[in-house]
Amino acid sequence: MDQFLNLTLNGLSSGAVYAALALSLVIIYQATRVVNFAQPALALISVYIAYAVSQATGSYWLGFGAALLTGLVLGAATERLLIRPVHGRSPLSAIIVTLGLLLVLQGLAGMVWSNEPHSFSYPLGFRGRFSASDWFALASVGAVALLLFGLYRLTPLGLRMRAAAFRPEAARLSGVRVGLMLTTGWAIASVIGALAGMLAAPPFIFPNVLDAVFIYAIAAAVVGGLENPFGALVGGVLIGLCLSYVSGYAGPELTTLAALAILVLVLSVRPDGLFSRPTARKV
Amino acid sequence: MAERPILEVEGLTARYGAVTALNGVSMSVARGGICAVLGANGAGKTTLLRTLSGLKRADAGRILLDGADITRIPAERHVHHGLAHVPEGGGVIVELSVEENLRLGGLWRSGRRDRARRMAEVLELFPPLRERVSRPAATLSGGERQMLALGRALMARPRVLLLDEPSLGLAPLVTRQIMHLLLELRAAQDLTVVLVEQNARSALSITDHGFVLNQGEVVMEDSSRRLLADDRMRHAYLGF
Repeated sequence: MDQFLNLTLNGLSSGAVYAALALSLVIIYQATRVVNFAQPALALISVYIAYAVSQATGSYWLGFGAALLTGLVLGAATERLLIRPVHGRSPLSAIIVTLGLLLVLQGLAGMVWSNEPHSFSYPLGFRGRFSASDWFALASVGAVALLLFGLYRLTPLGLRMRAAAFRPEAARLSGVRVGLMLTTGWAIASVIGALAGMLAAPPFIFPNVLDAVFIYAIAAAVVGGLENPFGALVGGVLIGLCLSYVSGYAGPELTTLAALAILVLVLSVRPDGLFSRPTARKV
Repeated sequence: MAERPILEVEGLTARYGAVTALNGVSMSVARGGICAVLGANGAGKTTLLRTLSGLKRADAGRILLDGADITRIPAERHVHHGLAHVPEGGGVIVELSVEENLRLGGLWRSGRRDRARRMAEVLELFPPLRERVSRPAATLSGGERQMLALGRALMARPRVLLLDEPSLGLAPLVTRQIMHLLLELRAAQDLTVVLVEQNARSALSITDHGFVLNQGEVVMEDSSRRLLADDRMRHAYLGF
């Protein structure tokens, strides 16, 4: 029973990280119909910037702020400079661009900071059952989810962003600057990605540190339904819990396999994910 | 002395690749008028509206709104100049609620109180929407969606309203209601309406002026009454 509780709590906190990264994928997918494979690289650069800032200033939290800011700038720049030019062509072009960016940024991180792991100190304790860092992960992802909900549902900016995502032409006719809204969406998503990176990376960072987390986040996003932010949250927590149980009861070497099994199972029962809209989208 | 027309179009040309959809269209629309743009499928009616509202780039020619050149401004700026466009099918955002759709239309205007007042006015015009204000727009019937599209456009307090086939897919009774509504709006809102219609008879019955497009050119323009009476023209271009 004690082990079950431990595994549940572990699953929740790693699930929160998957949920955050999945959320960042879903926000971009909703707005631009692109699965942003560069998301872990954007987050990675943000984490490295945080590492550099923390090293220079001695303050983890300054680094944390720098990571979020870097995420914001990188997300906006990626949309504006790389995705916009291929917008309106086949969705495949944008996906290839994000894959290319992933490789370039990971390579770049290796060149600048070397491929060796650096130890990244973390001010919150991460020992024991449900440590301070676990709490922080859950609380920050929960706060982000609430903030996002408020932004999308309650603010004029959120209304514009949703309109731009759902029906760009109708949005333009209502005076919405659709391009600006897409850039904003990418920036917000990338900030959330950076947050996920900050939660996932310690105690070590190296260029591939987020790869596994990203795989699980994609699984979470697909399980929840790529178009549904709520689904991404639930999917993330679900994947986190399942993987934690599998790792605890059956052995950690089976976690990747378990993620694949969950994905196949969910997609065979509900091909569009658990929380997708039942109505077909008119293209 | 006639006052200056609110909308003037001079030699407007628009192409899709090698295909010329509009070929030097010139027309002027009197302030407070309601005019019909008629023609067969592919005559260029929809392209004309899309070019007027900036969704399609003009390859040549000029568009003047109240004397100001709006030919090159981007589509999202047109509401600021007082031009609203209800595209074919209405362009209602079915993923949003009725209220959100309306709110979106007035969002570019500053002044929360002004927007709230406008919302009340618009809901006053469309009682069916008032009853469904918090429902998803996807649950509306075809006629209600057309009302919502109109309402969203009116939220911007436009001076000129471009309407693309508001009767498309609607039952004749609902079409008559919508047409009737346009007449009321014109009178009550100081609005100029450009109405594109496939259904020439119903369009001419409520408009005061008509333009007939054929292969991207204005082939005839006259008062709606005379266009209705002109048998030759009706047979040649309007098919009834």
